[in-house]
Amino acid sequence: MGERLYIHRHSVVHQLPSHVKILAALFFIFVSIATPISTWGAFIGYLIVILITAKSAKIPFLTLGKRALIEIPFIFFAILMPFFGKGEQINVGPFDLYKDGIEAALSIVAKGTIGVLTAVILSTSTTAREILRGLERLKLPRMMVQIATFMLRYVNVISDEMDRMKVARESRGFEATGIKHWKILATVAASLFIRSYERGERIHLAMISRGYVGELPHEESRHVPTSQWLTALSAPAVALLILLITTGLDR
Amino acid sequence: MTTPSLEIKDLAFAYPDGNQALFGVNLTVGQGERVALLGPNGAGKTTLVMHMNGIHPAAHGEVRVAGQLVDASNKANLRSIRSKVGIVFQDPDDQLFMPTVGEDVAFGPYNMGFRGEELEKVVIEALELVGMTEFKDRPPHHLSFGQRRRVAVATVLAMKPEILVLDEPSSNLDPASRRELADILRSLAITIVMVTHDLPYALELCERAVILSGGIIVADKKTREILGDKDLLSAHRLELPVGFSI
Repeated sequence: MGERLYIHRHSVVHQLPSHVKILAALFFIFVSIATPISTWGAFIGYLIVILITAKSAKIPFLTLGKRALIEIPFIFFAILMPFFGKGEQINVGPFDLYKDGIEAALSIVAKGTIGVLTAVILSTSTTAREILRGLERLKLPRMMVQIATFMLRYVNVISDEMDRMKVARESRGFEATGIKHWKILATVAASLFIRSYERGERIHLAMISRGYVGELPHEESRHVPTSQWLTALSAPAVALLILLITTGLDR
Repeated sequence: MTTPSLEIKDLAFAYPDGNQALFGVNLTVGQGERVALLGPNGAGKTTLVMHMNGIHPAAHGEVRVAGQLVDASNKANLRSIRSKVGIVFQDPDDQLFMPTVGEDVAFGPYNMGFRGEELEKVVIEALELVGMTEFKDRPPHHLSFGQRRRVAVATVLAMKPEILVLDEPSSNLDPASRRELADILRSLAITIVMVTHDLPYALELCERAVILSGGIIVADKKTREILGDKDLLSAHRLELPVGFSI
């Protein structure tokens, strides 16, 4: 866990400083959200921009597609939307679907997919640690960055602990099969919480022993060359251009 | 005579719940000495260690590090004390909290005000001392337990402490890691206080040993003499491993 999303490559996208990438990704998503679903041509344009970016980041399309599947549970409700609603109905096969519902569902699916694909490219080309550094450079409150940094460090330690507890349970013949075992699982969760809490206290002790006064070491901010800004922002800029052209054509 | 690295006088301490852990501890450790602090579970060893860098304020008596009084109420004083006393905790996962080994080693010196190239230099030096330079950019959870313990030693060495305090340094180590750590500790020209129940390890590394039992120092002699005194050991719940003789 932690760094397993990152795929190490040498590419233009990988080399960009993380805070520049985060901003570019955010702008790109904003543009896509701001696009009315009726200008569907724009979304095809965005998809092409994403595919070009993925190509230049040396991310295989298959990987990109597989990782985007995480979206499915979130768009589940979108699929139901055409079945409920008011107004104009369209007959598709055995179903009577609502036109507004279809549009709303398409909008959620299209914008959601664009957002998820963008995030996948960001997380595949940037280590989790670098993303945190980027957020720090973007002036996210220090405490939030520190908490996320610790989460990244300890997620493995705690999941290992959880696995060992599971093995210990199973070695004594326990297997969680149904609701009657929830009580035991709740106890396990509680003891894991207490253990993590106590670990937190020990870590804090180790931190103040080494002179912690509220700040984690971070790199001095380096100057980002204009060319890198331009490279990163070219994706949202192209998206904006697509939006302007397609909405212009509609009129 | 040079100033001792550590001077503890009449130190007594009770926890807020009234449980008294230390009843007047006296201990002096000279510069460059390696001393084993032995004692059964619950003898107050960890409590004593927590006094060495002011995490617990001295309720009675005093602690001096390289001549400087540990004053838990004075923040500037504490900061300077904590840079002089390097504590290596028992579980390296508690000590290594940063995402990479290099960043973790940099944590202490950073808090002391090192930046840029200077910071990089002390990090590399400390990692070289424990032979872990090539792991600088690795996350700690990818390391073996022995490697993590070595990095934990490096994290405090990077602060150039006056004393290195190790809490159960040999616990959970396989025999090879245990020997490697012993080699590293021997190679350091630094005062070491080693808290342990691993008596052979104490003998291997420390000329002198003290037994802390029931909140006081009950013996302070050459390690060989202490380990040779069966009655003394058994009176304080300490035992040599079966088959081990001096």
